[in-house]
Amino acid sequence: MLQVTDLHVSYGVISALNGISFKIEQGAIVTLIGGNGAGKSTTLRTISGLLRPRSGTISFLGEDISTLPAHRIVGRGLCHVPEGRMIFSNLTVEENLAMGAYLQTDAALNARNRDYVLGIFPRLKERLRQTAGTLSGGEQQMLAIGRALMGNPKFLMLDEPSLGIAPRLITTIFEKIVEINQNHGVTILLVEQNAKLALEVSSYGYVLETGRIVLEGPSKDLRANPRLKATYLGG
Amino acid sequence: MIEFLQQLANGLAQGGIYALIALGYTMIYGVLRFINFAHGDVFMLGAFAGFYVGPWVLRVSGLGPSYAGVALVLLAAMLLCALIGIGIERLCYRPLRDRPRIIVLITAIGVSLLIENVGQLVFGADPKSFPDLVIDRALVLPAWWGRLSALTITLSQVLVLGVTLLLVVLLRYIVNRTRIGLAMRALSLNPTAAQLAGVDLDRVIMFTFGLGSALAGAAGILTSIQQPSIDPLMGISAGLKAFIAAVLGGIGNLPGAVVGGVLIGLIEALVVGYLSPTYRDTIVFAVLILILIFRPAGLLGTVQREKV
Ligand SMILES: Nc1ncnc2c1ncn2[C@@H]1O[C@H](COP(=O)(O)OP(=O)(O)OP(=O)(O)O)[C@@H](O)[C@H]1O
Ligand SMILES: [Mg+2]
Repeated sequence: MLQVTDLHVSYGVISALNGISFKIEQGAIVTLIGGNGAGKSTTLRTISGLLRPRSGTISFLGEDISTLPAHRIVGRGLCHVPEGRMIFSNLTVEENLAMGAYLQTDAALNARNRDYVLGIFPRLKERLRQTAGTLSGGEQQMLAIGRALMGNPKFLMLDEPSLGIAPRLITTIFEKIVEINQNHGVTILLVEQNAKLALEVSSYGYVLETGRIVLEGPSKDLRANPRLKATYLGG
Repeated sequence: MIEFLQQLANGLAQGGIYALIALGYTMIYGVLRFINFAHGDVFMLGAFAGFYVGPWVLRVSGLGPSYAGVALVLLAAMLLCALIGIGIERLCYRPLRDRPRIIVLITAIGVSLLIENVGQLVFGADPKSFPDLVIDRALVLPAWWGRLSALTITLSQVLVLGVTLLLVVLLRYIVNRTRIGLAMRALSLNPTAAQLAGVDLDRVIMFTFGLGSALAGAAGILTSIQQPSIDPLMGISAGLKAFIAAVLGGIGNLPGAVVGGVLIGLIEALVVGYLSPTYRDTIVFAVLILILIFRPAGLLGTVQREKV
């Protein structure tokens, strides 16, 4: 579904990604883990068109998308839930969801997607008219994911959905991520610092360190990997 | 008392015009986070559009000075100014989109000076008298207004206020009820998230410049109906006052721009009526300084706190 080949990205003279390659099969949950500043968010921002790669290709559903502007990439069914959630804080929950469906013109489909989102996140349903900025961190993350789902994605990229959220809600959100993948048929790329959790829900994982992929493999193998255990899985 | 109300009536019409210009400042600030210093000059170009196109429109349409004539000239000036605003953004600001804000700000000052000087070259620096789009007169107020019927209210004042109100309602509808309006609000809150939702930033920014500039163009016509002497530097003072109005109301806040515009208009009228016309500008600038000291986010603005 998505194939990234030899991607180089830099911010001015600072190089952030030094030739990473990876591949995501349709229907999978794949995780990209790594410490602070490894380049995880940079990877997602480049795939979704917010950043331009210096070199390398990004192929989505067989077509190169590395030169498309961000709004065209969304239109192809590749949605990105950014780090820090980035909900529209002064808009209501309802308006945030409407923004998610900005490019979707099929009213019946929008209604179905809305029902689905409110079905998996009932908390949002109770707060439709509330200003999004007043939601709790966990609710904002639900809204950010819900907003992306309104864009009818085939492929969803989540950047640290567990960041700054109460442990109880993290469990809920990860359950929903699995649900979205299994019942809604959305392929998922999950970026996490919480490697333990990410490797539990994913089938395959990549480990990023200072702009390079240093390790990859089926998640259950990575969970047992001694090197990973020492650095990311808390011994 | 009548004297006071008279000043309020005068101030209200002028305030409406400031409000229209202030809306443009605030809208453009909302999507691009910079002050388009050339906005006052777009207002001036609106007046000159009326000056050149007005007589022609009235003749060709066979309407002569009339409400329909005003409406036509107003639409023509709004359209022209929208195109000019879009052109300015496309040529001068878009190439600098990713540069530091200060560079764009200085460019805007440059664009403003350019328009003013080319304006003097092309239109001539001397004041021109604006054509009569409508025959102005003092309205005869109905007797049941009692003592209030002693007020002098002119047709042009009513016209200006009516059109301003209409445009503000229309703008409100566009911003709050349409898809592009939602995109404008989303963009002003978080450009990255708006892009990730599929918003084409270039298009929304273009639309915003067009809309804001059209309002400035309308203000140019409305001003000229009231004070039929126009010149290429008329945008400096009006633009500055409207900018102060936008800051007073809270920059980036649309209702704030309207409130700020009306307040500045009223303050000016009261100063002229009760103190002296000499103090008019001084007091308005004092208001700016006070608001920056005591309420920098403006009357209706909230201090932006980014949640990370
Ligand atoms: N806007 C920017 N300008 C300059 N350098 C940047 C910018 N954004 C990120 N970087 C640098 O690029 C590198 C990768 O950053 P990135 O945000 O992709 O890391 P990350 O893996 O997402 O980290 P975290 O887990 O902390 O979010 C870092 O060294 C960072 O300092
Ligand atoms: Mg990150």
